[in-house]
Amino acid sequence: MPRSRNDKLQGTLTMLVLRTLEARGPMHGYGLCAHIHSVSDAVVQVEEGSLYPALHRMEQDGWISASWEITEKGRKAKIYAITARGRKQLAEEQESWARLTRGVARVLRYS
Amino acid sequence: MPWHARLRNLFRAERLSEELDGELEFHLAETVDRLIEEGLPEKEAWRQARLRLGNYSIQKERTREMDVVGWLETVRADVAYGLRQLKLNPGFAAVAILSLALGIGANTAIFQLLDAIRLRGLPVKDPSQLVTIVRGGNHDFFTAGGYYSREQAFTYAQMQELRKQQRAFSQMLTFWPTQFNLSAGGRSRYAEGLFVSTNFLDVLGITPIAGRGFSGEKDDKAVCSSAPALLSYGFWQRALGGNLDAIGRTINLDGHSFRIGGITPASFFGVEPGQRFDVALPLCADNVFAKDGKGRVFDRMAWWLTPIARLKPGWSVERASKHLENLSPTIFRDTVPAEYRPDFAKRYLKNKFKVISASAGVSALRTEFEDPLWILMAITGAVLLIACANLANLLLARASAREREIAVRQAVGASRSRLVTQLLTESLLLAAAGATVGMCLAQVLSRALVAFLNTANDPIAVPTGLNWHVFGFLAGLAIVTCILFGLAPAVRASSGAPAAAMHGARTSTATRERNGLRRVLVMAQVALSLVLLVAALLFSTSLQKLLAMNLGFDARNLLVASFTVNGLDSPERKKVLFHDLDQRLDSLPGVISAAPVRFSPFSGYGWNENVHADTDPARTGGKQSWFNRTGPRYFATIGTPLLAGRDFDRHDVLGSPKVAVVNQSFAKRFFAGKNPVGRTFRAEGLAGKPDDIYQIVGLVGTTKYNDLREPEPSIAFFPMAQDDQPGNGRTFVIRGRGSLDSLESAVQRETRQVNSNLLVDFHVIAVQIRQSVLRERLMANLSLAFGILAGCLSALGLYGVMSYIVARRRNEIGIRFALGATRGNVYRLVAQDAAIMVAAGLAVGVIASLLLSRYAESLLFELKAKDPLILISAAVLLAITAGIATLLPARRAARLEPVTALREE
Repeated sequence: MPRSRNDKLQGTLTMLVLRTLEARGPMHGYGLCAHIHSVSDAVVQVEEGSLYPALHRMEQDGWISASWEITEKGRKAKIYAITARGRKQLAEEQESWARLTRGVARVLRYS
Repeated sequence: MPWHARLRNLFRAERLSEELDGELEFHLAETVDRLIEEGLPEKEAWRQARLRLGNYSIQKERTREMDVVGWLETVRADVAYGLRQLKLNPGFAAVAILSLALGIGANTAIFQLLDAIRLRGLPVKDPSQLVTIVRGGNHDFFTAGGYYSREQAFTYAQMQELRKQQRAFSQMLTFWPTQFNLSAGGRSRYAEGLFVSTNFLDVLGITPIAGRGFSGEKDDKAVCSSAPALLSYGFWQRALGGNLDAIGRTINLDGHSFRIGGITPASFFGVEPGQRFDVALPLCADNVFAKDGKGRVFDRMAWWLTPIARLKPGWSVERASKHLENLSPTIFRDTVPAEYRPDFAKRYLKNKFKVISASAGVSALRTEFEDPLWILMAITGAVLLIACANLANLLLARASAREREIAVRQAVGASRSRLVTQLLTESLLLAAAGATVGMCLAQVLSRALVAFLNTANDPIAVPTGLNWHVFGFLAGLAIVTCILFGLAPAVRASSGAPAAAMHGARTSTATRERNGLRRVLVMAQVALSLVLLVAALLFSTSLQKLLAMNLGFDARNLLVASFTVNGLDSPERKKVLFHDLDQRLDSLPGVISAAPVRFSPFSGYGWNENVHADTDPARTGGKQSWFNRTGPRYFATIGTPLLAGRDFDRHDVLGSPKVAVVNQSFAKRFFAGKNPVGRTFRAEGLAGKPDDIYQIVGLVGTTKYNDLREPEPSIAFFPMAQDDQPGNGRTFVIRGRGSLDSLESAVQRETRQVNSNLLVDFHVIAVQIRQSVLRERLMANLSLAFGILAGCLSALGLYGVMSYIVARRRNEIGIRFALGATRGNVYRLVAQDAAIMVAAGLAVGVIASLLLSRYAESLLFELKAKDPLILISAAVLLAITAGIATLLPARRAARLEPVTALREE
């Protein structure tokens, strides 16, 4: 079942994660957090409390896949990678996000 | 998350929790590293990292959607929510559960019966290997002689030859169902009996729970009066209290004693689903009961045995059938009865055997009632569909009422699947409650159904208890109904744009598109109801036509008493006894008239032969006519007029000229309708014997013989006193003044005075007539009940939808009023809306009725399934009902105050 449009706020986090994984390749949860934080100039703060449940849900939905690997520091970490279904979902969400921002921008400009 | 994923989580809950721990540990460690890099002391870094990440347990709490305990928690909450919703609206819940229960209960009751006679395998070893042999071939299977079975029966000689010559079966048994009289004098008490070949239990793989079977007894031993009797578990419990020392005791069957040899297990009811057996005897014991002392084992014209065989491994039913068809000419050549004339023998030799599966046993009940039961199943299924459509409509209406609530919940983040699950939970609760009540209802209904089909002559025993088949069917039905009525409303409710709902949905145009589903549902209901109503009218009209048939006699207050005497050997003494009985019955107070008869009307027994009028010299090929034997005053007793000539009198005895009284139909058939009194006719005799010639002395009105459907049965009656082979029994028809009950007890008292060994059995002809149309009554009664139920449910549905539409269109109607519409305009507007739905439904219903009519055709009497009058009446009836259902909402719309309606905007 496609996620309906009104899950906007949840959807944003999903989109950010998917986009990061798409651009940067497989990554662990901590890396995602750090990456989003730095790329957004610390504007977007990803709550760890939201991130992990979101990651698990996305894994269940088949948008991302996960595997356990050993990092350079010798720690065991769960590495996430985007799947084909995830790419499709990302495209949809980016599209609807663009629509939303366009709309908001127009409102700001003309009203 | 799909339920199967959750279920998988159940098994990997442990691993999941470990994974999560590992992941969070990693995150913590990385954060600490970073903080240390940023210059914090290690201790402070840990503290801050923990603070940021929060407690482990809180994290795990947040991901609880993934673990099973959490899921169960959600389910509990959903159920509580659903129950609260139902409690808020008890009227809705009651209507919903009741209509579902009726639908599910009726379906289950009929399924139980079908399951028992059709679907369930016999409770024996490898039932799938069992086959039975039936009469095959493309032309009519020729059988002349005596018929003794309700099944497709064969002669003993045929079965012996078949057993010897065939190669398809590893084993083969034969049986004959009968009834044994257990009583020694007074009123008869019957046990359901079976004559079986001695390998009966071995073929079926049944081991007696006490004593032993027949192994070791020989089938074709001429006399085996010492043969053991095998009792069923049920009979052993009922009649002998389940006492183990019953083995070796004797039991009295039709006045002969037999030693009890063994008891079969409780699960074994024989080979006929729908029947039970109480006592089984080996075939060789048949001679004990035979008039001639030899029995049907030696009679090549006695059609009595039904075979069941076990296929050899590797043999299919088709291959076995082909094999037997090829064998048929040899087997029939070797078994031609010597008594057959050449023309009979020629037709007999063309007979062919056919093999069909008997994994579910053989059943006359199935032959007669399987088709009607499937039709009834379809009818009850349609009723259930209508009930589901009603519920779907009600739920849709309620979902719209809850649009705002749902929109708010969506806006605060409830996911769509979560909402659908929640709404479906409510439907599932309804379906479960409906199924539970329906299950109780089904028990009552199926028992009533069995009681309806159960008659004194043909007792049926169908286990109506719950079993896994029925339970599975019930559960399946509940789930299907839940999806049928619950899914669409749930999906619909959660798919609306929340913003629109929050703004207030009462705009004047928003309703139209969303009512589409509702309208389709109502149309479907009307269409289904029309089909059911047509079926109801067809079956009841057919029954009325049957019952309105002219019997040719007065069946009211007519009692049949059948007497049997055991232990009187001399024919002379029997004659005296029955003569005495005749005199006493006739002079009994309360008796208007009594007369002996060989076969009372509608007894189910009969006798027919080929007849030639005196002008017809042909030796063979005469037309068939029914025969009967009566004593004097028979026609006066049953109320049939004597039209010409005379009744039998005391001069018509053995040795005097053979005479006959014939009915009008006989005169029409053989004497071109002219008065036949004084003429003669021949009845074709057996090979080597001369034809019997009878002189007609009287003409009576035409009466029915055994079947209401036979339009004009031709019957020839012979005098009782000219019967050269009187049996051990005699039947009387008695017309009394008072109630039949008091007449019965008076006759019974008299019987005891005549002879203490005299047995008596009573039948009421009016009851037998009703039983002869059992199938028609079943179809008429049930289809009428369900047709009316369907009509009411549809009317309810239409009423609900129209009320809803009117409520939703209040603003629109208010605007119309404001723009100058009259009350009449608005009234018409609503009525038109309903009329379009009903008309569309009726149109679909008519087409469906015409398409489905062929299934009912074979069950109808003198009525076409496409009878236009019935189609029109059903449509008109339904249209009127629909009109009444629309009246109230339409009037409500017309009475609307425009100002109030508009103010609500």
